[in-house]
Amino acid sequence: MRLITHNMLKCHVKNCTDPDKQFPLRFKDVQLEQIDAERNNEFLVRMLPRIDWPALSKTTKELDITLPETVPGNPEDDEEFLQALHTAILETHIKQGSMLCDGCGHEYKITNGIPNMLLAEHEI
Amino acid sequence: MSRPEHIAPPELFYNDTEAKKYTSNSRIAAIQAEMTLRAVELLSLGDDGPYYLLDIGCGSGLSGEILDEDGHVWAGMDIAPSMLDIAADKDVEGDLFLQDIGQGMGFRPGTFDGAISISVLQWLCNADKKENKPRYRLQRFFSTLFMSLQRGARAIFQFYPENDLQIEMIMGIAMKCGFTGGLVADYPNSKKARKFYLCLFAGQAAPGQKQDLPKGLGSDEADNGIAYTDS
Repeated sequence: MRLITHNMLKCHVKNCTDPDKQFPLRFKDVQLEQIDAERNNEFLVRMLPRIDWPALSKTTKELDITLPETVPGNPEDDEEFLQALHTAILETHIKQGSMLCDGCGHEYKITNGIPNMLLAEHEI
Repeated sequence: MSRPEHIAPPELFYNDTEAKKYTSNSRIAAIQAEMTLRAVELLSLGDDGPYYLLDIGCGSGLSGEILDEDGHVWAGMDIAPSMLDIAADKDVEGDLFLQDIGQGMGFRPGTFDGAISISVLQWLCNADKKENKPRYRLQRFFSTLFMSLQRGARAIFQFYPENDLQIEMIMGIAMKCGFTGGLVADYPNSKKARKFYLCLFAGQAAPGQKQDLPKGLGSDEADNGIAYTDS
């Protein structure tokens, strides 16, 4: 799973609704892999308003990944920024580990790059 | 021949053997590919792609590979681990999730530019446990899906409706969750060739920007679309 999708994830356990806690899901014991991918600036610029920058900052710091502190005024013209963003969100894959919800404590395990989002009966 | 969803829940039906059989059957693969292309066409995405899409019930990645070919960035989910393992082995580029869509989606509002789903929805109508579960699960699914889509985005579901009652149930619940749209039938007069696509619109991109239900293929008559609302 790439960081772009992680940035969109929130906990979907029943009654876990505190927006300050249900995302970003906190990584634990993760194994990362960097896989090259073709960069598309239009896509990055389109996604920028959807990305939760504070959450992405928090997550990349946890994973020791470089990311600019703030989004520049004219991101579409800033090649360096776009490359750094691209590497962080589209080339960084989480292969193993888990994601924890600070709101309800649910742990989503990740195996072979695939997070397990199945909920227990009492969480639906 | 029994409908697969009457035989077992999907995660049991698509075990390792069945998953392998399904994926390596070239006839099935060709049909899935064709239906995926049609679903993407019905999404009516703009020209300034690539887009961020959701593949609901992505299985072994047959549909995902087509999204890869079009250059889209996508996430997909499926309840059958055996199918997902095949997708992972194929190195599809999308982000895969082991998930039960009847438990709801966990994406922030406005995440996706569109969603497709190939041959999945009829599985959600199954009462694997209690009688009233399917309605609750459908509601959980459609309400969270609605929120996860950009305003004006579409969700296209190719599926195999069991009967009219099932179509009514699905459409009714989707409408309650805020979707507009309807059912598009391709080749409605051919029992063999006919395919159904549920086309749902998640609101409007801008006020007053009504979306028209696409026309079905293979008919010279006026309309193969069954709109359920008059928007």
